[in-house]
Amino acid sequence: MANIMIRRGDEGYVFYMPKRDIEDKIVSMEFDTPEKWGGELKLKNGGLYFIEPQAAPARLPYSVRAKRLDGVE
Amino acid sequence: MAALTREETQALVQEVLEVYPEKAKKDRAKHIMVNDKSLESSKKCITSNRKSLPGVMTMRGCAYAGSKGVVWGPIKDMISISHGPIGCGQYARGGRRNYYVGTTGVDTFCEINFTSDFQEKDIVFGGDKKLTKLIDEIEMLFPLNKGISVQSECPIGLIGDDIEAVSKKAAAQIGKPVVPVRCEGFRGVSQSLGHHIANDSVRDWILSNRDGQAFEKTPYDVAILGDYNIGGDAWASRILLEEMGLRVVAQWSGDGTLAEMENTPNVKLNLLHCYRSMNYISRHMEEKYGIPWLEYNFFGPTKIAESLRAIAAHFDDKIKEGAERVIEKYTAPMNEVIAKYKPRLQGKKVMLYVGGLRPRHVVGAYEDLGMEVVGTGYEFAHNDDYDRTMKDMGDATLIYDDATGHELDEFVKAMKPDLIGSGIKEKYVFHKMGFPFRQMHSWDYSGPYHGYDGFAIFAKDMDLTLNNPCWKMLKAPWDKSEPAAEQKAA
Repeated sequence: MANIMIRRGDEGYVFYMPKRDIEDKIVSMEFDTPEKWGGELKLKNGGLYFIEPQAAPARLPYSVRAKRLDGVE
Repeated sequence: MAALTREETQALVQEVLEVYPEKAKKDRAKHIMVNDKSLESSKKCITSNRKSLPGVMTMRGCAYAGSKGVVWGPIKDMISISHGPIGCGQYARGGRRNYYVGTTGVDTFCEINFTSDFQEKDIVFGGDKKLTKLIDEIEMLFPLNKGISVQSECPIGLIGDDIEAVSKKAAAQIGKPVVPVRCEGFRGVSQSLGHHIANDSVRDWILSNRDGQAFEKTPYDVAILGDYNIGGDAWASRILLEEMGLRVVAQWSGDGTLAEMENTPNVKLNLLHCYRSMNYISRHMEEKYGIPWLEYNFFGPTKIAESLRAIAAHFDDKIKEGAERVIEKYTAPMNEVIAKYKPRLQGKKVMLYVGGLRPRHVVGAYEDLGMEVVGTGYEFAHNDDYDRTMKDMGDATLIYDDATGHELDEFVKAMKPDLIGSGIKEKYVFHKMGFPFRQMHSWDYSGPYHGYDGFAIFAKDMDLTLNNPCWKMLKAPWDKSEPAAEQKAA
């Protein structure tokens, strides 16, 4: 589990993990509706992370705890 | 075009690494790459922000250097106490030439060394009492200070002093912010963690101090982040922004004040020059206050024009026109500078090894002068810095992370650059080897190098160094090569 920050880039969401200096585009997010937001995040570098599905944050950037499921560190 | 082909560069790296023992060779190989512009992520090619290899000479600093020397030190109306033995504070005092306006010792304090001067008894019995006394003395002797930061040196963390408690108590007593900063030198692998710790302490103790207070806003408020006013850099940047119609609310932290930092949450846009040392606070302000941030580059007219347009794109037409006006105004004088120095510098090769932002930011300035950067590297960068560097550097150029003394020497001997830009520690080594050298950490006692005015100085300095006749005279007469001797005989 690590803190990540999700912000809006030029095209879609951008993932940032301060501890590992990973900054990458989010290719797909499992749930992306105002009521249910989060789930599995697929990064452009192949990384796979999970954030607890929740109501979409009112404002981005948004810091949240994430779990690494698979892929490069 | 690079000076060497990809294969030649790779062969050079192999050759240089050959002297290391097997394990060290494997480790160091990960820190050196041959640039490939087509790649988007540096992750697979270069490893960075790792502990330096024991036994090799590294050029890195410590967390205290990153916090006191870089981020907190230049805030002019705050007093940064070097809490611990006296040496760290003495050697971190004013060495970076962070210029400021003010009367030193009365309302500004950057160049004075404030230290608790730890002795054996403080290590044994703890230094908290001494710190309390020190803060009292500062308040009595320098009443115009606006706040105090306590920069811990290694022993503070080792003996477990509670500087937070002392600071809280002192802050209540004197009615000013007293910020404990846990930047003990042993933390992390380089000064980079010091930047992060300093950013976090600014976030926790300074940034929200004026939340909810009245502030007269304009739609054109910006803050300059990560410009430490080395030789007047921030001033040279600031006048350009003001000329295009923006209002600069704060300078972080060169020539900056505590009030400016506390007012920063009110700005419309954060302009980030040194990404490495201040991206943390920019990201925090984006999340908490919704302030977007933008990286910019004020080295060399090409990059300045690009940056001014990118900055203006965040504002209305008035600012966009302003940006065009500024670019237009400086085009002619800059062409003059280039016309004067380009013929003297054209085609020369440069090797860089610096920290922070310069290994990638100054590439554009050298290219404006017709020079080529054949190798570059950072002392303490992370992977996101290399992602950005790969795009700015030419194909098949050499990129090295946390280079050792041996590697730098060998790369220079093999690539024979016409100019080397690095730090003070490397300066005299390369002078003795007979290579023209500029100290690019604090501009070799020159500057500013930012902005249009800075570029003129930059071009002049590079010319003075590179074309200095002294480099031809460094070889002893008996070491002169044969052809010269023959000529004399004939």
